[in-house]
Amino acid sequence: MAEGLRVVAPGITSTLQDAGRQGYLRYGISGSGAMDPDLLALANALVGNLLDTAVIEMAMVGPTLVCEVESCRIALAGAPFAMSLNGRILDSFTAHDLRRGDRLILGAPRQGLRACLAVTGGFAVAPMLASVSTHTRTRLGGLDGNPLAAGDLLPLGAPKFSDRPLTLPPLHRPRLGGPIRVVLGPQADSFTEEGLRTFLSVPYTLTARADRMGCHLDGPPIAHADGFNIVSDGIVNGSIQVPGHGRPLILLADRHTTGGYPKIATVITADLGRLAQVRPGETIVFEAVTVEEAQSLARGARRTLAARRAALVPAGGAELDSAFLLSCNLIGGVISAGALEPAA
Amino acid sequence: MSDPGYRLLDCGDRAMTVELGKTVDPTVNAQVIALDAALRGAGRSGLLETVPTYRSLLVLYDPDLLTRADLVALISAHWPPPDGSAQALRRWRVPVHYGGEHGADLADLAGGAGLSPEEVIALHSNRDYRVYMIGFAPGFAYLGGLDPRIHASRRTDPRPKTPAGSVSIGGNQTGVSPPLELPSGWQLIGRTPARSYDPARAEPFLFTAGDLIRFDPIGRAEFDALSEAARAGETVATLERIDG
Repeated sequence: MAEGLRVVAPGITSTLQDAGRQGYLRYGISGSGAMDPDLLALANALVGNLLDTAVIEMAMVGPTLVCEVESCRIALAGAPFAMSLNGRILDSFTAHDLRRGDRLILGAPRQGLRACLAVTGGFAVAPMLASVSTHTRTRLGGLDGNPLAAGDLLPLGAPKFSDRPLTLPPLHRPRLGGPIRVVLGPQADSFTEEGLRTFLSVPYTLTARADRMGCHLDGPPIAHADGFNIVSDGIVNGSIQVPGHGRPLILLADRHTTGGYPKIATVITADLGRLAQVRPGETIVFEAVTVEEAQSLARGARRTLAARRAALVPAGGAELDSAFLLSCNLIGGVISAGALEPAA
Repeated sequence: MSDPGYRLLDCGDRAMTVELGKTVDPTVNAQVIALDAALRGAGRSGLLETVPTYRSLLVLYDPDLLTRADLVALISAHWPPPDGSAQALRRWRVPVHYGGEHGADLADLAGGAGLSPEEVIALHSNRDYRVYMIGFAPGFAYLGGLDPRIHASRRTDPRPKTPAGSVSIGGNQTGVSPPLELPSGWQLIGRTPARSYDPARAEPFLFTAGDLIRFDPIGRAEFDALSEAARAGETVATLERIDG
């Protein structure tokens, strides 16, 4: 009989993602992959996987899963989603063991938007174009190119348990918020000076039209210098297009590979993960940096990730968990994962 | 420094666009394809991916393996790319069933051009097109070389979904869709049973920028038979080598 993790409720958009596809942009294939590669790495590190093993990436409301294998180990990294196992509240950034029949409920995050759930051994799903990453519009990756759906059974790879579940101590966990920095261009000269000033000074609000492909922003229009059609050229993860209406559109992991609107700037690599946590209704202020600064910030972000991996320690058991939960409750108030479960 | 013939535009901290022009122009596109071949041939570590488009080449790089300054020098060292290197080495013969339910706009387009549908088919099928770029969707081929008599403006009312494998005309270009139902404002004149993109096939993509394509009109029965063969993994389109 087939075994794995059974999806009871899929959440809002939960997809399998790994590090994405490389080398296919020239054929019109999106890169896809986890919206925050550091969370992919951390979730996997917590369960002892290779860092680019596929995970479940969730947004806004996570899935409800039932363990249909003898046992497996899971860990959640990212926004503080309410998470419970058979009704007991679980800490994120900590590995937990599931037994057959256990019910894992992911609710909504107190803040932020996305998280990655890793399982020891990963998911036994055949890669398409060298990746398991789901790209729903072209039906690539995941289970037949689809997001998780109620009833799906996610087969697991061979588990390799380490002795004790690991945890990332709270001090080392990523914090949400902070600037979204950009490198101006490639078509910054398609905008007036006034337009560039607007772009770099005014807060822009993330609209409800925001997904893995890109996010539409609302705010004062940015003035084009001479029209808003260019002959299509290549788009990268983080490219900020400004269509005719003057409001920016940030293109992300699941973007088209080419496009015909001028691109005012590009979000720097080090801030793409932070951008993935901005919710509709929240605002962004863009800050310009040079290419050299952006590259140095990316190196800094990699050092931070390495330091976090080095800070992983065996989880301290129930006492420490409750102490930590108590401290969370004092700050954030009690949130019941069950109460946030979507109506299945 | 004298004008090198291109502009380098940073696209964040891991990519750069080499802009060779601002318009759709066969000469510029040939240079893009030649530069793409030259850079890929250089085999430099840290050069991750290249994306040739109409008028520019997007280069993705890993700054820890290839610094921005080294990339700038690498591009300069390969400029100008050798003239002959953009010459097409292969031609695809692509079967198309024109008109009827497979080419919803053929009759209108012919009427607008003062031609019969048969004349449009003859003008469209009887020549070589150049693949300018693949983009917008997996395997969607933008083709240059359309006869001016059948240029046709885009629909004012784009369709949210067009049939898989559509062959269409948008302005002075023609294109071939992958086996996906894409949104499009281009005029639909036919459909090919060939799957320009099939991730389950050993060779997932048929066309690449720089290839030539020639369309061969087929009837409905042949379309159905070839569609079945294509679904079973056959290429259906045939490849001809061109001797330089």
